[in-house]
Amino acid sequence: MALLEIRDLHVHYGAVHALQGISLEVAAGQIVTLIGANGAGKSTTLRAISGLVRPTRGTLVFDGRPLAGCPPHEIVRRGVAHAPEGRGIFANFTVAENLEIGAFARADRVGAARDRERALELFPRLRERLRQNAGTLSGGEQQMLAIARALVARPRLLLLDEPSLGLAPQVVQTIFGIIRDINAAGTTILLVEQNAHLALQTASYAYVLEVGRPALHGPAAELAASPQVRQAYLGLA
Amino acid sequence: MSAAAHRDGPPAVWAHAWRSGAPLLVAVGVGLLMHFAVQPAVGAFKARVLVDIGINVILAVSLTLVNGFTGQFSIGHAGFMALGGYAAGALSYYGSYQLFGAAAFNGGVLSWTASQGPFHGPWVGGGDLLFVAACLVGGLVAAGAGYLVGLPSLRLRGDYLAIVTLGFGEIVRVVLQSTQTQLSQAAEVAATPWPLLTLKLGGALGFIGLPFYTTLFWVYLAVALTLTVAIRLKRSSYGRAFLAIREDEVAAEALGVHTTRYKVRAFVLAAFLAGVAGALYAHLVGSINAGELGFQKSFEVVIMVVLGGMGSVSGSTLAAIVLTLLPELLRTVTGSVNTYLPPAYELPDLRMIIYSLALILMMILRPQGFFGLREIWDWRVRRRPRPA
Repeated sequence: MALLEIRDLHVHYGAVHALQGISLEVAAGQIVTLIGANGAGKSTTLRAISGLVRPTRGTLVFDGRPLAGCPPHEIVRRGVAHAPEGRGIFANFTVAENLEIGAFARADRVGAARDRERALELFPRLRERLRQNAGTLSGGEQQMLAIARALVARPRLLLLDEPSLGLAPQVVQTIFGIIRDINAAGTTILLVEQNAHLALQTASYAYVLEVGRPALHGPAAELAASPQVRQAYLGLA
Repeated sequence: MSAAAHRDGPPAVWAHAWRSGAPLLVAVGVGLLMHFAVQPAVGAFKARVLVDIGINVILAVSLTLVNGFTGQFSIGHAGFMALGGYAAGALSYYGSYQLFGAAAFNGGVLSWTASQGPFHGPWVGGGDLLFVAACLVGGLVAAGAGYLVGLPSLRLRGDYLAIVTLGFGEIVRVVLQSTQTQLSQAAEVAATPWPLLTLKLGGALGFIGLPFYTTLFWVYLAVALTLTVAIRLKRSSYGRAFLAIREDEVAAEALGVHTTRYKVRAFVLAAFLAGVAGALYAHLVGSINAGELGFQKSFEVVIMVVLGGMGSVSGSTLAAIVLTLLPELLRTVTGSVNTYLPPAYELPDLRMIIYSLALILMMILRPQGFFGLREIWDWRVRRRPRPA
């Protein structure tokens, strides 16, 4: 059974019907990606999973138990960590303090310290800057911090929202390499990404959203080869 | 292994006890120093200004927990101060009647203000205990009100919370001003049950005749404890959650911080401390009048927090000190200027004009306040060159 199952998910922002019946599955151990244009509902889907927005209809099942009605701080404790869009790092905190907040939901200090070490091994740049204010980091380093901070919560499912946003291509390559490493070490990842090309290279399975509706889904390699996706999202003829 | 654990056991307990107990000892020490060394040295007037400074420091630091740490904007702090003052006053005033037969001073040397004359009495009197209980009750009543106001309104953001707290302050003022006439005959007080006594708080005339207990000792005891709580809170992971809410509420929520709960906790703690400040104020002046603790008083505290730095304990402490001294200095200055001016051209009280100008300049030049989130002692650390 899948680690995360979403059935017929609807979200409204006031009168705006942002998600109009999304269904998807994330199998344990995979990287699954959600791609689509601006306003397709990718971020909203992640926000619904982590409880930041309340769905108006539909079911979310994580690890066999429903997430509906669960407040965000409980969802973190159940093993879902969200690195939000725009990184959401605490600019006036040092890097170390940001990581400390990442472990906020955990009771086991020893385990949290171990996961902090592990996160710093993945991102050695952050170790050099532990005492520096996070606001002084470069964009790429801030993204690394956002991911590391989510990892300190020791999630079973990591939600990544646009990790490539506003970063130089070389930095993006580094970060996506690390995302693969995180997945190889056993963390399931749901990746939202504008850069469809990169997302399809990284993920094993992909969903394409179009203005709040599911359009296509399939193994990432198949979608990358489909003429429809190539034309609409990869900019290839 | 077990031997080592056994050996480590007692010292750890002692360290813990020391960590919890030391601030109390230090606070008592600071209070004693202020009471027995500073007070005789500076004289009655300056001692009184120091008491005012202490009360304003408690108010400013407590508001920093809400406006600075969690980044909410509360402008009804005087309401909590008023509630604390009235609740404490009710207990000490009517309690004194019931315990001692009159609402007169029954304390020890620590509660005696030297300017009232030489003291002949015990070190600690029954009135001291009543006073301490009154301060705690004042704090708790204010904290309870903070909980009731905070629970629904801290789900709101920014401007809405400001409006709710503004309204709260006004409601408190109106309610306290419409309480019944206070009783001043021992026989009447004895004949009235407690629940009814709590309704007889003097109404629009204010609650008067309270026994004087507030001295430099009690105020600086409370200041030291308030500062310890605020500074330790800021360094703890608990306090980090407050600051995370201020920095990015959504991110804090996504990381597992129950944001509403933490905002309410900050609000309740701040209300408690403001209530204690109100209790100290009531027993300093010997009366409390809700009419004086309206929006203008709240605004004064907000200015201290904003100027000192939103989130800086030392910054708001410093701002409270400066802004309490300022009117005293201005009084002297305007007084001496006015002696040379014909009556029609005398300078008015310049305080609020200078506050407002300072606030405007601050918002333009340094919107985060003098210290921002930092503390005075942080500058030393941050300036040290980083290892490359």
